[in-house]
Amino acid sequence: MKALIQFVEKKIQPNFESGGKLHKFHRSFEAFQTFLYVKGDVTRQGSHIRDAIDMKRTMFHVVIALVPALLFGMWNVGLQHYIALGMDVTFWNEFWFGFIRVFPIVVVSYVTGLAVEFIFAEIRNHEVNEGFLVSGMLIPLIVPVTTPLWMVALATIFAVIIGKEVFGGTGMNILNPALLARAFLFFAYPAYMSGEVWINTTLREGQQLVDGFSGATPLAMLASNEVQQLPSVLEMFLGTIPGSIGETSTVAILIGAVILVTTGVGSLRIMLSVVAGGLLMGGVLNLFSVNEFMAIPPYYHLIMGGFAFGAVFMATDPVTASQTPKGKYIYGLLIGVFTVLIRVLNPAYPEGMMLAILLMNVFAPLIDHYVVEANMKRRIKRMKPSTVKVQA
Amino acid sequence: MPKTIKIRKGLNIPLQGNAEKILQPSPAAQVYAVKPPDFHGLTPKMLVKEGDALKAGTPLFFDKYNEKVLFTSPVSGTFQEIVRGEKRRIMEVLIKADGKDEAVDFGAASPAGLDRDEIIQRLLKSGAWPFIRQRPYAVIANPSDKPKSIFISAFSTVPLAPDLDFVVKGQENFFQAGLDIMKKLTDGEVHLSVDALNTRSEAFLQAKGVKIHSFEGPHPAGNVGVQIHHIDPINKGDLVWYADVQDLIIIGRLFEKGVFDPTRVIALNGPEVLNPRYYKVKIGAQFLSFAENNLRREKGTIPRIISGDVLTGTAIEEKGFLGFYDNQITVIPEGNHPEFMGWLIPNINRFSMSRTWPSFLMPWKKYRLDTNIRSGERPFVMTGVYEKVLPLDVMPMQLLKAIMINDIEKMEKLGIYEVAPEDFALCEYVCPSKIEIQTILREGLDSIRSEFA
Repeated sequence: MKALIQFVEKKIQPNFESGGKLHKFHRSFEAFQTFLYVKGDVTRQGSHIRDAIDMKRTMFHVVIALVPALLFGMWNVGLQHYIALGMDVTFWNEFWFGFIRVFPIVVVSYVTGLAVEFIFAEIRNHEVNEGFLVSGMLIPLIVPVTTPLWMVALATIFAVIIGKEVFGGTGMNILNPALLARAFLFFAYPAYMSGEVWINTTLREGQQLVDGFSGATPLAMLASNEVQQLPSVLEMFLGTIPGSIGETSTVAILIGAVILVTTGVGSLRIMLSVVAGGLLMGGVLNLFSVNEFMAIPPYYHLIMGGFAFGAVFMATDPVTASQTPKGKYIYGLLIGVFTVLIRVLNPAYPEGMMLAILLMNVFAPLIDHYVVEANMKRRIKRMKPSTVKVQA
Repeated sequence: MPKTIKIRKGLNIPLQGNAEKILQPSPAAQVYAVKPPDFHGLTPKMLVKEGDALKAGTPLFFDKYNEKVLFTSPVSGTFQEIVRGEKRRIMEVLIKADGKDEAVDFGAASPAGLDRDEIIQRLLKSGAWPFIRQRPYAVIANPSDKPKSIFISAFSTVPLAPDLDFVVKGQENFFQAGLDIMKKLTDGEVHLSVDALNTRSEAFLQAKGVKIHSFEGPHPAGNVGVQIHHIDPINKGDLVWYADVQDLIIIGRLFEKGVFDPTRVIALNGPEVLNPRYYKVKIGAQFLSFAENNLRREKGTIPRIISGDVLTGTAIEEKGFLGFYDNQITVIPEGNHPEFMGWLIPNINRFSMSRTWPSFLMPWKKYRLDTNIRSGERPFVMTGVYEKVLPLDVMPMQLLKAIMINDIEKMEKLGIYEVAPEDFALCEYVCPSKIEIQTILREGLDSIRSEFA
């Protein structure tokens, strides 16, 4: 590997250095270079040693945490497809069907998103940030499998430019870029984002859908008061239900949550408080239940729709969430509360998680403001009137 | 014994090369240096010319903005030259030692018989005053101020910290004399903090005339800034002074013997030291004089030599000199070699506070950490990281952002008066965005200081 690194540094790097033929593209080169190996840059001042973690490794662990949801999502896409067709096929057939449908979405999301990131890094002359490694994986997991690829590309471009680059790039954005992509699709192409879109029902010759097939998600069933048709709790927990690609399986998401929390990359504070908020609001609605949706046990909310996925992977985005430790509790709690509120009381949006998180993204700085103010007040209160005067 | 203050946040960095408790004899250095950059915010004005004969305690230069504060020669000999850096800034004032150990006689005197002004005069004249530093700003104290209290930390938690119990052995009377002098400088308390689990020395536990506090916890529990925060926090307008144990020993010696004898017991340690030991040297001694033949050299590589600890110390060359305030020299390997897929491969020789590396499965392991940054600088992305290592009721990220936009009112309200760069050193260490936090904090302190100067 030493030879490879030497080749890169001696032969390739000079082309991109100031004065080199390809200097215009030096940020892109740098991105590939630092992906290939950790450079030999050393500290000059301040702390002489640095923690072994860096942004790449941080983001990489989030991607790892998303893998169970991705793999399960691929299988579930196939499973739902063959259920709709009433066919009994092997596990690998189901997985393969899903893989063929989902993988292109992942590729399109990464390629378009990274292209925009690289272009902006060159224009703005900053290093390519690693943030999109995560967003690029999140976007495919929160869209229906039937979303056309051009739509995925458009939404990704929108999310990176409007969600991130206009604010100055990774770390400066206000709204979660992946959710912004989802919201963009939801409002720009509503017909593709609700109704009969959750299951791939493309038919080949001789195939036909089973009689009475609906393909509605549990939330949609509840919204139209079809409680009797709800899948069992076990099915909803395992995730063998219709829904966006990666968000149906609470089990797969929990595996991801464990990875995020043990590595210290994701905030347990936020995850727990989102769950607490959801249960709280679900319980409150139970008290006033006038319809069947309001009467469902609060924990149903945790295993339906995008609740678990949002709590673990979306609400915990460190950039757009509250940044103060106390603020994180309030932020999470309100997300949980608003999600259930929007789901149950708003007839237009069956999925409340997306809007609740985007809403709280906007309010996160306000929450932080009050937490910081409280710290300042505490500090002023601490002042003792009898401090010794400083002589002139 | 008072109630132990337990510090829960923080991090002990498991670095290889802890010094054995052996005092290694070594020849006296030929060349010494007093380094003006050791004193933050100092503009030196020279008092001697090249070739002048010096005794220990002869003034070399003074502070342009506080002429009473003198900096004196640590040894007798001749003034050799001034080493200048960028913009002709004075970096080092070199002294060639003559080995005669002559010293200016300031006259022995018991602190009990002197009043505050006499003590201050004697400290200023002898060059011992710069040992007394102040918060806010972490700079040399102004002799015309009166602090509300004085803080001494009798233990250190920095990586590979020297054991102060070992250091103080045989110098207990000087230490107590130093404390007696501190007592005279303030109308408030002199606070002495000890380690609840490890401090054994009677010099600390039985110290007279001071208030003893006991602390327990990981680094930075031994930092005086953390102790001030938990004992008697600094608000706007407050002023506290602090000094190190070894500084007090030198001050005590000045009054007991009447001479300025800045001898310290320092730990030479770190993974690149063959036999990590303690050495008795004078401030400003040339590194090679005592450390020669005790460094690991692999294929002609030069390791990073740090006067001080790995988190806050100053890099020096092999021909460099021990810093004024430093109680240890740490030698670690340079990290100037690339590592293939280094951010991805789960190398067991990498240490991280996060559990994204296998190091968290091996809490007993000590590491040979190098100076590689491991990434380029990024904007603040991860939150809640600094808060894990800062045991203060201070919001680190918000304070840093206030500094970056130079919002002085907010800096004040968020507690900038209480902190010094060393308290934020761990934040800088753990930062996944590789932001130079200590530099930012120092800029903030400077900005506030110039605002109110």
